[in-house]
Amino acid sequence: MGNKQTIFTDEQLDAYQDCTFFTRKEILRIHGRYHELAPHLVPMDYTNEPDVTLPLALIVNMPELKENPFKNRIVESFSEDGLGNQSFNDFVDMFSVLSEMAPRELKAIYAFKIYDFNTDNYICKEDLEKTLNKLTKEELSAEEVNLVCEKSIVEADLDGDNKLSFADFENMIARAPDFLSTFHIRI
Amino acid sequence: MGKPYGSMPRKKVPRGEEGSAMDFAILWDFGGYAQYSVLFYGYYNSQRAIGWLKFRMPLSYFLVGVGTVAYSYMVVIRTMARNANEEGGGDDTSFNFSWKIFTSWDYLIGNPETADNKFASITTSFKESIVEEQESHKDENIHLTRFLRVLANFLVLCCLAGSGYLIYFVVRRSQKFALEGLESYGWWERNEVNMVMSLLGMFCPMLFDVISALENYHPRIALQWQLGRIFALFLGNLYTFIIALMDEINLKREEEEVVKFNMTIWEASLYNGTLAANVTAAPITVDPADVPRGPCWETMVGQEFVRLIVSDTMTTYITLLIGDFLRAIFVRFLNYCWCWDLEYGFPSYSEFDVSGNVLGLIFNQGMIWMGAFYAPCLPALNVLRLHVSMYLQCWAVMSCNVPQERVFKASGSNNFYMAMLLVILFLSTLPAIYTIVSIPPSFDCGPFSGKNRMFDVIQETLQSDFPTWFGKVFSYASNPGLILPFILLMV
Repeated sequence: MGNKQTIFTDEQLDAYQDCTFFTRKEILRIHGRYHELAPHLVPMDYTNEPDVTLPLALIVNMPELKENPFKNRIVESFSEDGLGNQSFNDFVDMFSVLSEMAPRELKAIYAFKIYDFNTDNYICKEDLEKTLNKLTKEELSAEEVNLVCEKSIVEADLDGDNKLSFADFENMIARAPDFLSTFHIRI
Repeated sequence: MGKPYGSMPRKKVPRGEEGSAMDFAILWDFGGYAQYSVLFYGYYNSQRAIGWLKFRMPLSYFLVGVGTVAYSYMVVIRTMARNANEEGGGDDTSFNFSWKIFTSWDYLIGNPETADNKFASITTSFKESIVEEQESHKDENIHLTRFLRVLANFLVLCCLAGSGYLIYFVVRRSQKFALEGLESYGWWERNEVNMVMSLLGMFCPMLFDVISALENYHPRIALQWQLGRIFALFLGNLYTFIIALMDEINLKREEEEVVKFNMTIWEASLYNGTLAANVTAAPITVDPADVPRGPCWETMVGQEFVRLIVSDTMTTYITLLIGDFLRAIFVRFLNYCWCWDLEYGFPSYSEFDVSGNVLGLIFNQGMIWMGAFYAPCLPALNVLRLHVSMYLQCWAVMSCNVPQERVFKASGSNNFYMAMLLVILFLSTLPAIYTIVSIPPSFDCGPFSGKNRMFDVIQETLQSDFPTWFGKVFSYASNPGLILPFILLMV
């Protein structure tokens, strides 16, 4: 299996292997997926590092993300501009953190970002309400939502500011039995 | 290896029973040809070494019996330790709502139908948690609740005492029948003990379920109480059964004394008038079927256990067919012409009873552990039965059962079931060990015949098969003064 690919230089592939949890083959495959999202926008030759980003709307239609209620927040959290426009680096980063090889601490960091809807580095009550409504497709009544969010803050808030900082969130998620198995996307 | 069927008295059906030895009824009861087969203890010969490889049969019989128990202990304890590690302290409910919010969505879902199902199940799960939360804030009437719980426990104790007495009574009756000869009684009298035990095992748990409605516990706690009570019921039944068995063993041993005495007379009659007093006679060939037999209490014990397990299996299958399958057919087809909705009201489809089935498996295993020393092929038979059970129950669940209504996280009970298994292992090996240590084996059947105690085989092996210095070392090492500090060190 010689170096027949012309998409990346060897240094680039090595760098990708260092920064993500993927192997060479997987990185090339992911590039293939990125390319087929917009074949006329994404060049096959990445050796001179083109500055190409794909908009949120294209990425969110991938089969892996389509049914996820948090798809918009996921793509936004892994984009540099925070609006969901992802370069290939952001794209591969996203799937790397969500793969099963990523450690718990790293996943917790990004999970916090995803559930923080107003990006103020705290998960406040409104963020919780939005999360809950996305999870239940707004089937719960307003008082039920209120009750659940308040209970959650009471459970997890350690510093008493009525919102969850990253430390609170990490402390709570560290002991969750299902976190690693549910916060996982396979590409 | 080992002598074939028919070559020795213990390996052949006695002359008197030959006529009926192939009858299905006798075989189903594990008499006749089934009794004189490798299935039971009595068939094995006590010859010290067999064949050109000098296989130590009695020693291996003993060591295999002890070894399987030791191995079972190791496996169960190791599984418990592994479970304890993974759960990290068991049922943690400290972040219930937070975990539900942040970890209930499965990011791997890509199918729209699956996603819809998941949304629905998440919503249900939240609603349930909310209801639980609200209930826990309700003010309860403590005194009434306590009184009801005490009353419920009292009723349960009455139930357990009643069932214990019933079994004792039935066992006494069956001994009376046995003394008068079983031929004069019908099928029910012959199988009374087993049927009563199986029926009690079927109906008492339902009764406990009804009584527990008085107690008003959280479902997880109610489940543990229920399991504890069923456990006590089965344990009581099993031990009453064993005590009755002990009585029978003593009876058989007295019979044995009589038979031994008669044997000397019979042997004398063989040589009747054919030789003078002090001459060692040439052995007269007697057909093994004609030799009078001692009652082999070990085989009797093995037979009782095998019969118990067979009747337990039959009861399970019949309950399954009638309770689940026929009920499902009834509900499905008679629903068209019935006044009220059979599927939603009474009786509706039966729920899959996880705890009941797990308990059944655990007790089945307990009975195997108890009987395996006296019926060596019992584990093999059980493997067969487990395979059949698995397919049958799989089919029954898929076609007749609905899932339980109250969905709660019972997976924290993994170690609970393992703990029960450990207790059963301990309690079921106790009777076998007691009989090994305290009762002398039968004189004419089994691998330990002729010895004073079964574990003498180890002493014998040490003396004859190992070099003499080893025996001396061992006798020094088995000094209690050395063993006790060693045990304390291990603890």
